[in-house]
Amino acid sequence: MAVADLTTERRLSIPTGIPTGVLLAITGYFAGVWLGNEFGLFDDQNTGIILGYVFATAGFLIGMGFLNHPLGRLLGWRLDPLGEADIEVGLGRYFRLSLDHKVIGIQYLVTILTMLFFGGVGAMVIRTSLLSPTPTIVPAGNYLSVVGLHSVMMIFITSAAIVGPFGNYLVPLMIGSRRMAFPRLEALSFWLVPPAAVILGAATFWGGFPTGWTGYAPLSEQAGQGMDSYIVGFILIGLALITSGVNMLATIIALRAPGLTWARLPIFVWGILCTSILGLLAAPVLAAALVMLALDRSAQTSFFLASNGGSNYLWENLFWFFGHPEVYIFILPAFGIVMELAAHFARRPLFGYRVGVVGLFGVTLLSWFVWQHHLFVSGIAPVLRPFYMLSTELISVPTGFIFLVVLGTLWRSRVWLTVPMLFCLGFLFNFLIGGITGVYLSDVPTDVTLHGSYFSMAHFHYTIMGGEIFAFAAAIYYWFPRMTGKMLNQTLGRIHFWWMFIAFNSTFFPLLIAGLLDMPRRVSAYNPGLQFLNQWVTFSAYLLFSSMILFAANIIYSWFIQPVPAVANPWRARSLEWQIPTPVPARNFERVPLILAGPYDYGLPNAKPVADLRGLVGATGGS
Amino acid sequence: MAQRPALTSRDHSIRIVIPWVVLTVVGWITASRIRLPIDQSVQGADQVKTLYIMTALAIPVFTGVVVLVLYSAIFFRRRAGEPLYDGPPVYGGARLQLTWIVVSFVLVLVLALLGITTLVSSQAAQAVGASGRAIGSGSETGSPIKETNNELQVQVIAQQWYFTYRFPDYGGVETTHLELPVGVPVEFHVTSLDIIHSWWAYELGVKADANPGVDNQFHATPQRTGSFTVRCAELCGIWHGEMADTEGRVVSGSDFNSWIKQQQATFAEIGKSLPSYAPSYFPEPLTKGT
Repeated sequence: MAVADLTTERRLSIPTGIPTGVLLAITGYFAGVWLGNEFGLFDDQNTGIILGYVFATAGFLIGMGFLNHPLGRLLGWRLDPLGEADIEVGLGRYFRLSLDHKVIGIQYLVTILTMLFFGGVGAMVIRTSLLSPTPTIVPAGNYLSVVGLHSVMMIFITSAAIVGPFGNYLVPLMIGSRRMAFPRLEALSFWLVPPAAVILGAATFWGGFPTGWTGYAPLSEQAGQGMDSYIVGFILIGLALITSGVNMLATIIALRAPGLTWARLPIFVWGILCTSILGLLAAPVLAAALVMLALDRSAQTSFFLASNGGSNYLWENLFWFFGHPEVYIFILPAFGIVMELAAHFARRPLFGYRVGVVGLFGVTLLSWFVWQHHLFVSGIAPVLRPFYMLSTELISVPTGFIFLVVLGTLWRSRVWLTVPMLFCLGFLFNFLIGGITGVYLSDVPTDVTLHGSYFSMAHFHYTIMGGEIFAFAAAIYYWFPRMTGKMLNQTLGRIHFWWMFIAFNSTFFPLLIAGLLDMPRRVSAYNPGLQFLNQWVTFSAYLLFSSMILFAANIIYSWFIQPVPAVANPWRARSLEWQIPTPVPARNFERVPLILAGPYDYGLPNAKPVADLRGLVGATGGS
Repeated sequence: MAQRPALTSRDHSIRIVIPWVVLTVVGWITASRIRLPIDQSVQGADQVKTLYIMTALAIPVFTGVVVLVLYSAIFFRRRAGEPLYDGPPVYGGARLQLTWIVVSFVLVLVLALLGITTLVSSQAAQAVGASGRAIGSGSETGSPIKETNNELQVQVIAQQWYFTYRFPDYGGVETTHLELPVGVPVEFHVTSLDIIHSWWAYELGVKADANPGVDNQFHATPQRTGSFTVRCAELCGIWHGEMADTEGRVVSGSDFNSWIKQQQATFAEIGKSLPSYAPSYFPEPLTKGT
């Protein structure tokens, strides 16, 4: 290998990295602002700010080195297709553009956890304000900005919380691949997230945006310059979803090791596959809607303005056509994690593996036909309401398959109740409540009362936080030894689980009741009769936040302060990602392994090992 | 299997069914004690009825799954000191899977049918001119108010951050609070002057989005006198939470007549400067992006 040549050629390129990126981002921002203010149609700076954010992102990515490879190819430099990852060692690689999926997984994990902290602080501000039924603690305007920032930040996080860290790190290891199909797209999908988060945070300088995460026009057209942060940040997250979706799909379809038939694919990878399909197809619709909104705000179009011939229904439809698959982008990988972990800790084959896969695909398919259930009381297309009611309720059938698979797997096994398994059981409980309350919302007559109330807010927190974030925690506890070589402290983990589980339910169950008792979402002032309920919820929310602090403390403690080296394969799992040494070698596998059996063949008297790591050499068979 | 008592499937079933039944009954009793005040209109009472039926169906599903999860976690757990033990290699059970799929499918269809019949039957009721329709017929942009309609016409006009009401049957008078006569079917026409709001009359069981340029219709028949609360249920800017009015009232027919006369007198001067009644109003084009 021409490693030496590579390093000399790298010296030819401009110095890339975060400092260059930040420098170009700042330059790009001011260039964009100048351009927009010079040629913009309004004198309200929106054009300048939008262009500023776009140029800043482009500058940042160029500074990070995303143009080096295309330019190098253009100019005829020889570059190894998977160059830098091989020779990169040390802490510095986590702060550079790395093409190693393992580095990207860690980068994602740390970024997501950091963003989660800010999103959580936002939630605490919201709950503190709601201690009082009038906006006396936090002024109404600030309250509204915090609602917007909390919601969009959390949407950014949950879009990538599982696919980002665990999808990137584990999919190649699970499918026996030495690389991702499109490592540059993969790196791009990560490096779009920090600019998106920073641009979103920049909304605070402009007074935030008043629309929550739904960005309903025309409120979003009336809003101040903070709205531009929403537009550009969300477009970047959409791009991240698209690039990550393309990469994951290609990797899973094309780079499975020989012998890894579809029927042997780990169920977690199926979850990632389905979520990638959704991200790839849904995010372009969002991006298109956001571009239209940006044009409305900057170029005098009126896509969403009824007074000038547009319609606010257009935004609602485009947004929810993205928005409803989006919520399954959150939850499908979580389904994958829960089924995967159930098999490994029950130490049994997955009960009804095919039913589980059909369940994932059923949700994927049906999620395209339900979006108007968000618009039951909007006055649009009343004749279609029975259809959307039926399609929405039908989703509970494939979702029920997931419960069938997990419960069937646990049945008459000997479940090893580790911390990750506890989180999976917590997931089942929370998601059950989330799913059942979802059926209430899907029924048009009951939705008339529940729509836009705290009931729906509590419902989606049950599915996203009680569902996805619990599965996220399970995944961290389970795969942390794989990713870092260190065990998370299990005692702290148990305390964390019970603390978080109780605080979570104590926070959100009362909110279901608040919704039934006339409390609309996103209000800073509410019925004084509900003050006690809200104070209860606020104190529970503080407990919930402190449980997350405990989680963070556990991660920091076990990772850096008092690291306990993990034994190889601490969970004695069969699956392929645990069969390779720690730390994972630069190219994962010496040779592309030959898969001999499924990952869940526990208890078979003469089960083959999951793979022959010597690869195809000397292999005689195996399908 | 070591030192564990060998339990048959029947033993397991009994140990699961008993807590399931107990919890379900407890759940039903608890749920039946909850009274929601959404009964001021026929439609609101319908919604609450649907809510109870759904809860009655949801409770056994919820308790069933919770009992199964807890049972597995408690009785099938690996105890301290036990070696790791691989469970029996069962890859699935066709009968159980089929039962699960069929049961969940039937349950969902029952629920959907329940919802659709509520929706459709009450729409049919509206078609023959009787009272009662759970859900609005949606927007009829630009269509004039039907004069033959025997429903009381009430236009709800939303703007940042309050609701006002116009009564085309009473000379288009615009009021700041809403009173409705008991027993008279009402056709609400909900529209907005600026951005999207949502008119939520909680005790009446009415919620309809107010869209600029759209006449969103909703039908309700008040059946009980008393006051109701109006709130905005769609985020509409900084004072969204304050966009509420606790002074809505359902009153007797004669009280309504005297109230509307009084309103006509109070707002007579202002009424002269109002635009004439229309399904929707186009204000000055919204100032964008300021």
